[in-house]
Amino acid sequence: MNSDSADHLLRVEDVHKRYGREEVLRGVSFTMERADTKVIIGASGTGKSTLLRCINKLTDPDQGRVWLENQEITGRRAPVNRIRSQMGFVFQDFNLFTHLPALDNVRIGPQRVKGIRRREATTLAQEALATVGLKEKAQSYPAQLSGGQQQRVAIARALAMSPKLMLFDEPTSALDPELIGEVLEVMVKLAKEGMTMLVVSHEMGFARTVADEIIFMEGGVILEQAPPESMFRNPQHKRTGEFLRKISDLYGESE
Amino acid sequence: MTAEIWSQVWQFTPTLLWAMLINVQLLLALIALGLVTGVVVALIEVYSPRPLAALALAYEWFFRGVPELVLLFLFYFGLTQMGMDISPFFAAVLALGFRSSGYQSQIFRGAIQSVPPGQLMAAHSLGMGTMKTIRYVILPQALRLSIPPWSNEFSAVFKDTTLAYGIGVVEIVRQARYISVRNFPLTLPVFILVAFMFLVLTYLGNWGLGRLEQRLHVPGLETHAKRGEAREL
Repeated sequence: MNSDSADHLLRVEDVHKRYGREEVLRGVSFTMERADTKVIIGASGTGKSTLLRCINKLTDPDQGRVWLENQEITGRRAPVNRIRSQMGFVFQDFNLFTHLPALDNVRIGPQRVKGIRRREATTLAQEALATVGLKEKAQSYPAQLSGGQQQRVAIARALAMSPKLMLFDEPTSALDPELIGEVLEVMVKLAKEGMTMLVVSHEMGFARTVADEIIFMEGGVILEQAPPESMFRNPQHKRTGEFLRKISDLYGESE
Repeated sequence: MTAEIWSQVWQFTPTLLWAMLINVQLLLALIALGLVTGVVVALIEVYSPRPLAALALAYEWFFRGVPELVLLFLFYFGLTQMGMDISPFFAAVLALGFRSSGYQSQIFRGAIQSVPPGQLMAAHSLGMGTMKTIRYVILPQALRLSIPPWSNEFSAVFKDTTLAYGIGVVEIVRQARYISVRNFPLTLPVFILVAFMFLVLTYLGNWGLGRLEQRLHVPGLETHAKRGEAREL
């Protein structure tokens, strides 16, 4: 059954997660290919963030398996840290290391996890900061940066690890409206440069611009999965159409 | 108290200063022992499986619950009775050091728990294991946050070093007693001088720790940021 998992960059198979009596994920399966961008949408409480955390095992799934290429992260003796180091994770509230300047936040991964020498790690970190347009903020501490800048540093921190896959958990939800654009801009750039990205977000403009597919989750399962245009034009489920209309009204569709 | 009495006291000042050096040595040894043990105990309490964490809590409970003099007697007379050849000074370091670790562990535990859980998740998401997360993310922040409460502990244990008097360490109070027994009229001025030495040294210690706190201050983070360091946005 898993012999073909190496063909996919990411393979999620029948993932379940229960918190107490509530089953948040009730069997989620999907795959991603290299350079894919997929956007997960759905009402709050439908397990989107939990799914993302099950993929890099920040949350332990109760059941189901997850592969990054041919490495299974859910295996009993899986080298979880090594697999995690190949997946970037961007959090809703940034979670920067507040005691370190931007450069150190970005350098700490290559230097301390991958064991890259300080000088080379510094170069990597500077490049990553340049990618997100914050080269000149290298010496600023998180508390001296705006929310949008902090989130871009967080993206750079993930990028510096040269990940095979980037997971974004509502990366713009904690931002003031005028700061969302700069973060989305970076994400669009990454997607266009061929980064494989799985994004939980209701930014429909972003989804329509770069997503290969939208995944609509409802009640802990994937209800529908399709390219953005066909999902907007021709949703297979009534619930999908309702939801898309609701968030389009709320968030607008323009870039 | 006449000028003559003070000039008599003056001649004992070097003796007292040498004795104070013993207190300072005691302080440095016991606070270092308490620091290392306290950090380990705190980490066990926060991150270990329950049985081990319970053991750490029991340790804390014991060393915070037994009076200092009793601890000193337990470690000195107790260990000597068990046939161990232990000097009063070393017994005092152990007794007061472990006692201090019981208090220091509480300081560190609070500071460790105040590092936002999101940062731990971020560290894990980069592929850092528990040890690396503790070393590079938790401890640098927790230790810095610990400095103000730790200054209190520092002042307290510095004064507690005089309790080593009780097991025969020739520290400053014992030396002062030797002087005052032989020169009764000097009793009051000698102890005034001892008090003055402690006041000066605690002040210097706290001043140094305050400086350290300022040096380690993270721009924009603490509320008591110095004025003039404008938020750079």
